[in-house]
Amino acid sequence: MVKRAVYQVKGDTGDWEVVMGLEVHAQIASKSKLFSGASTQFGAEPNENVSLVDAAMPGMLPVINAFCVEQAVRTGLGLNAQINKMSRFDRKNYFYPDLPQGYQISQFEFPIVGEGVIEVDVEPSHGDAAYTFPVRIERLHMEQDAGKSIHDLIDDATCVDLNRCGVALMEIVSKPDIRTPLEAAAYVKKLKSIVVALGTCDGDMEKGNLRADVNVSVCRPGGYAKFRETGDFGHLGTRREIKNMNSFRFIQAAIEYEAHEQVRVIEAGGKVNQETILFDADRGETRPMRSKEDAHDYRYFPDPDLLPLIIDDAYIAGIKATLPELPDQKRARFEADYGLSRYDAGVLTADAEGAAFYETVAKGRDAKLAANWVTQELFGYLNKSDLELSGSPVSAVQLGGLIDLISSDVISGKIAKDVFVRMIAGEGDPGDIVEAHGLKQVTDTGAIAAVVDEIIAANPDQAAAVKDKPKTIGWFVGQVMKASGGKANPQAVNKILREKLGL
Amino acid sequence: MSDLTKLTLTAALDGLDSKAFSSRELTQSFIEAIEASNDTLNAYVVKTPEKALAMADASDARRAAGQAGKLDGAPIGVKDLYCTKGVRTTACSEILGEFTPTYESTVTQNLWDAGAVMLGKLNMDEFAMGSSNETSRFGPPSNPWRRAGSNRALTSGGSSGGSATAVAADLCLAATASDTGGSIRQPAAFTGTVGIKPTYGRASRYGMVAFASSLDQAGPIAKTVEDAALLTEIMCSHDPEDSTSLPVATPDWRADVHKGVKGMKIGIPAEYRVDGMPQEIEDLWSQGIKWLQDMGAQIVNVSLPHTKYALPAYYIVAPAEASSNLARYDGMRFGQRVSGDDLTDTYQGTRASGFGAEVQRRLMIGTYVLSSGYYDAYYLRAQKVRTKILQDFQTVFADVDALLTPTCPSAAFAYGEKSGDPVQMYLNDIFTVTANLAGLPGISIPAALDGQGLPLGLQVIGKALDEATCFRVAGALEEAAGFVAKPERWW
Repeated sequence: MVKRAVYQVKGDTGDWEVVMGLEVHAQIASKSKLFSGASTQFGAEPNENVSLVDAAMPGMLPVINAFCVEQAVRTGLGLNAQINKMSRFDRKNYFYPDLPQGYQISQFEFPIVGEGVIEVDVEPSHGDAAYTFPVRIERLHMEQDAGKSIHDLIDDATCVDLNRCGVALMEIVSKPDIRTPLEAAAYVKKLKSIVVALGTCDGDMEKGNLRADVNVSVCRPGGYAKFRETGDFGHLGTRREIKNMNSFRFIQAAIEYEAHEQVRVIEAGGKVNQETILFDADRGETRPMRSKEDAHDYRYFPDPDLLPLIIDDAYIAGIKATLPELPDQKRARFEADYGLSRYDAGVLTADAEGAAFYETVAKGRDAKLAANWVTQELFGYLNKSDLELSGSPVSAVQLGGLIDLISSDVISGKIAKDVFVRMIAGEGDPGDIVEAHGLKQVTDTGAIAAVVDEIIAANPDQAAAVKDKPKTIGWFVGQVMKASGGKANPQAVNKILREKLGL
Repeated sequence: MSDLTKLTLTAALDGLDSKAFSSRELTQSFIEAIEASNDTLNAYVVKTPEKALAMADASDARRAAGQAGKLDGAPIGVKDLYCTKGVRTTACSEILGEFTPTYESTVTQNLWDAGAVMLGKLNMDEFAMGSSNETSRFGPPSNPWRRAGSNRALTSGGSSGGSATAVAADLCLAATASDTGGSIRQPAAFTGTVGIKPTYGRASRYGMVAFASSLDQAGPIAKTVEDAALLTEIMCSHDPEDSTSLPVATPDWRADVHKGVKGMKIGIPAEYRVDGMPQEIEDLWSQGIKWLQDMGAQIVNVSLPHTKYALPAYYIVAPAEASSNLARYDGMRFGQRVSGDDLTDTYQGTRASGFGAEVQRRLMIGTYVLSSGYYDAYYLRAQKVRTKILQDFQTVFADVDALLTPTCPSAAFAYGEKSGDPVQMYLNDIFTVTANLAGLPGISIPAALDGQGLPLGLQVIGKALDEATCFRVAGALEEAAGFVAKPERWW
């Protein structure tokens, strides 16, 4: 078991540790809204997707969208969580122009999904090895999204777009189990991979379809351990909630800034107030949201327009039976079937598309070699170039072809990297590239032996020394490869060198 | 031709059926009666004579083609609480301004689908909050009934005061109304008409301006029990647009009206004999008991021990729901807006000028009882009381078929007599709120005149979904009472 990374903020008065809990809002991948038949289509004209119910016209009533309930249950099952057979919708009352009803329908007291736990995989970073840690899920509930207020479209007026208003969200609340900025990002990545695999949310963070609120607090080292022991939040600091973050990079940057800011405030003799803050990505800092004059009292109470939501075991079992292979299950399978490390398996199963790509590449080939090529070469290139897998210039079939050329000794691994670069450049199939550029490796032992003879003859001193220092054979290998333009088969070169040098 | 407006709904439908008169003739009679009386009675806040005549003509054509529906050609009035497509709907509140819905409530749609003709929108207390119709933006209607020898204007009750006035004064054959704490039954009792609040969930709330969602229920005010039975049948339906609408079939209750009460067990709840109840109400109740006994019903004294908590619980639950339901009237999308310096100022200006005093009082009560720190003590406790009240009813209904009580603790009162004291006003609902809290059907039938010549009502409360028994008992009482009095025309 690899140890978890430790993230501490060094203050003037000593070290501080950081504790985080996240509230992730995932838009349910539903064609219509949570309580109305209006479309959820992205990119519609302002106020195009608004029903009488969404606009809260007099006498309009909400009717639950059964499809959304199914997705919430599905997600709960994917989070290994308790599914509550009785849940209830409550009203959260507050006034704002983008909230036509004057209340948001949410599940306050009785959420549809209760406690669960997921394993989160953290990638290696700053010398820390990759590791996995558990995050306990507190609950998942369904709620309506609000509309959008646009303040800068018309001078002196605020425009309201109700297209989003009433769209179904799942709010997934974690316990305060997250300890580093990287872990926070990794947790959101894991949630994203789960909901995308389940098909319950498209995970499109750019569109805001998956976004996170991060509760951050700092405490002295040891405070968190005491909290976990006793459950007493008194051992933790006061939290501030960074709202609405929709990029992994911002999540990490915001937490780092906020943790340091809290330490600065406390060490300056100030107090952290429980409040909501925004991360300004341009300035790289957090700042409080414009504080409302009066503290909100949301006056939660059961929505009398809706009956309690009752589901039964058969319903849950029916959904369970249709669950796809989840990222964790897929990873376990990849570890077992392909003999991959947990980390590589995790990287390959982070999303269904990547996993399918890998399986195409690995089919009938050296699975580990395939994993290396997919994760290191291809994913490395895509990351560097900020490309999605769907935009990859190299197809799974092409990458498989390249691996075939390596495995059948047509080219060496080193040459393969050159071929790969040409594939990225759009030169086509690897076989054609190798042919066109004459990159086939030389396996003709006679030809190799001739080169070896030349090199030995030209370097008598090294040839003599190698008997005492057998490791220096590497120098000879390099010379031979260089002379052959990298095309000589490395195994053959090794073998012939050893013979000729008498090793 | 005799005055068609004096017909009962059933008689009018018979007349239409036998071609004694056309819907156009019938409708025209009502339009003329409304024209002649409404300035005085103030029952209608919107009159739709052209629409009415067009609907009447269409009805006559359908009847001629042999395609008449159950209410075909019958002119009725609609409480201003029901959203009516293309016809201004304000729930008699300033805040809705000239709001004209683009949609129709399910209840009124059911009526039009059955062929009914709309005469207009009827006065009511603002957002149905009131027991005297005095909170209407349009001023109150006048009760056609007056105390003997007095010219003092009396209330027709509330909140469905316009509906009750219109039916009692023959300004429609029948009317839609709605009942959150007695708003159908009390006005019916005050005007010598029949009003029923069906089981919660029988009629759809879709398109009804909401007051208190868990209590609001549509129902009719009519001239006879049979008329009420027919109207209830048409108004009620299972509606997928209302999640609290019950998935049950709606029977034809007219046959039940004349089945009699022989062998039935009728409960008399001791707790409805309240302190300070006028002797006349006592006597009326005793008379009702005697009628039922004489017709072969068995009378059983029963106890509903939590009755005294019903009114306080009601005045927590109803305002709580209202405070949230009425949040949508914010001046942003429809209705009236009073623009201020900023958003808060606009909200405050809009709501302060748009809502009347009683609505504001209830919104403040509701906001208070839901606020953090008070929720448990008020709202949650009131909900527990509500459960107890329901259990009380379930216990007695294990033994009896229906309950008989007075509808109200008094006859119609004069304007201003109670409006200065909200608690006095709220006490009007003491016998009616229990049925709303428990979701049970309750019907009020005119049973006698008091010493001053004003009508008094008896209430029959039935089991959930057992409107049939309510109509049966009400029909028997109607027959026994032989109530035929009409207000002496002064308007």
